Amino acid sequence: MMAKHKIVLLFPAAVVEQPFLYHLVKDYNLFVNIIRANINPRKEGRLVMELAGEQEDYDAGINFLESRGVTVMPFEQQVKWNEDRCTQCGACTVICPTDALKMIRPEMIVEFDESKCIVCEHCFKACPARAIVAHY
Amino acid sequence: MKVSKTYEEINEKISKGDAVVVTAEEVITLVEEKGLEQTAREVDVVTTGTFGPMCSSGVFLNVGHSTPRMRMSKVYLNGVNAYAGIAAVDVYLGATEIPEADPANQHYPGEFNYGGAHVIEDLVAGKEVRMEAYSYGTDCYPRKKLETLIKLEDMNEAFMFNPRNAYQNYNVGVNLSDRPIYTYMGILKPNLGNANYSTSGQLSPLLNDPLYKATGIGTRIFLGGGTGYVSWYGTQHNPCANRTDKEVPRAPSATLSLTGDLKGMDPKWVRGVSYLGYGVSLMIGVGVPIPILNEEMLRSAAIKDEEIYTQIIDYSEGFPFGKGGSLGEVDYAQLKSGKIIIQDKEVPTAPLSSYPKAKEIAKILKSWIQKGEFLLTEPVASIPSVDSGKKMKPLKIRCIEEKEEFDG
Ligand code: SF4
Ligand code: SF4
Repeated sequence: MMAKHKIVLLFPAAVVEQPFLYHLVKDYNLFVNIIRANINPRKEGRLVMELAGEQEDYDAGINFLESRGVTVMPFEQQVKWNEDRCTQCGACTVICPTDALKMIRPEMIVEFDESKCIVCEHCFKACPARAIVAHY
Repeated sequence: MKVSKTYEEINEKISKGDAVVVTAEEVITLVEEKGLEQTAREVDVVTTGTFGPMCSSGVFLNVGHSTPRMRMSKVYLNGVNAYAGIAAVDVYLGATEIPEADPANQHYPGEFNYGGAHVIEDLVAGKEVRMEAYSYGTDCYPRKKLETLIKLEDMNEAFMFNPRNAYQNYNVGVNLSDRPIYTYMGILKPNLGNANYSTSGQLSPLLNDPLYKATGIGTRIFLGGGTGYVSWYGTQHNPCANRTDKEVPRAPSATLSLTGDLKGMDPKWVRGVSYLGYGVSLMIGVGVPIPILNEEMLRSAAIKDEEIYTQIIDYSEGFPFGKGGSLGEVDYAQLKSGKIIIQDKEVPTAPLSSYPKAKEIAKILKSWIQKGEFLLTEPVASIPSVDSGKKMKPLKIRCIEEKEEFDG
């Protein structure tokens, strides 16, 4: 059985420079599709990616990551749009690279489509009302 | 003009629940269908609305006297400094004030997560706020320090007093440079990455009353979810800006100074906001009713987005250094379409001021008037208009001659 999931990996600063992806591909026969990477030497890193392979390999790969201190989280519900806090100002709509935050015209109403979000985090501080928050 | 109504006649209809009230958006189709004269006969009031960041805002608070008494000379509310250079326990908390400990733009771009505007929002929401006060002590006011929790309802008086709100038209901000810039017009991406504007266009109060016939000193309005008044013309009031043949300014023009009881406001319409790399501001809901006394006032109130123009300004060099002028003129229908063309480039737009919220405000004000809860006031004095010659002056920096002093 095949497994294919979008996941978010959090790397502690101490292990951030280790070649995890190489091992996932080479040792566990997994397919890796990086959606977004935020990795800096000696700093905590974050990687959003799609991981696919046989269920057995997939589980082993995840175990391998976790055993090395990497936190693995499901991609869904990474970003929460707090509709009550949103002032419908639209500032985020020109910042969001994927149209996950989008203005519906001509009504000029802002909507959030979670499935399009790549967790790039650009909107978090661009939102004057701080209506978009991380859930990790 | 064939139609002529008075404030008294309209107020009588409002009191009886008979007034015909429509929003500044609804009136457009009415005039298109029925014509100016017929609509002016039928409609008594047009309501407007805007919900956008208005930095020049703040509140006067009287926090009450402690025992022993204290002449507060430094006051902090949730760590934000409130100006105490007035009577013993009166303070003015400005919307853009940030805590002294805030790193501001030392870590550029600064986040400005909390400031005066957020304290104001917290107070309106009924939250407890931590107050610290310091004084030098006097015979009549011996106390030198206090710390306490305080809520809006504990205060004697709390009223908003905003020196400059409800701008009649505003610039479109863009960035011609090759790095992102962080402004009060939001984040402007490099090389014309986006264009931000900030008025509600055809719903905006002063764009519907371009010559201030209905809006003057004493006009009763919707302010922050409660009732407020126009107290004066605002700072930087600039009525002599260039205008279209419909008398609508093509650039920032009039402003209003607004006041209202904070205790009657709703946190939904009084919101602290943080502009990355710029600072804190307050989003406030403002709605102004326009009585339709004649066809002329209706013609102005029926203005459409495509008839309102504004200027595109570069905020990387043009605005900060006063270099160059407008990069072009656009109308609000173009801005609202989501894309405008600047220097042959298609540039995405964002409003910063919310059109659906402005519409909601116009509808709330409409319902207050329909229910007979809100009567119109005739201005007690007009604000300076196109014939005043009033213009905005720049600050000239002059050389201060140094006094020659010898100390021995
Ligand atoms: S995190 Fe990035 S992709 Fe997701 S909504 Fe925010 S700006 Fe858009
Ligand atoms: S920037 Fe924030 S407040 Fe403005 S529309 Fe986007 S989510 Fe809403």
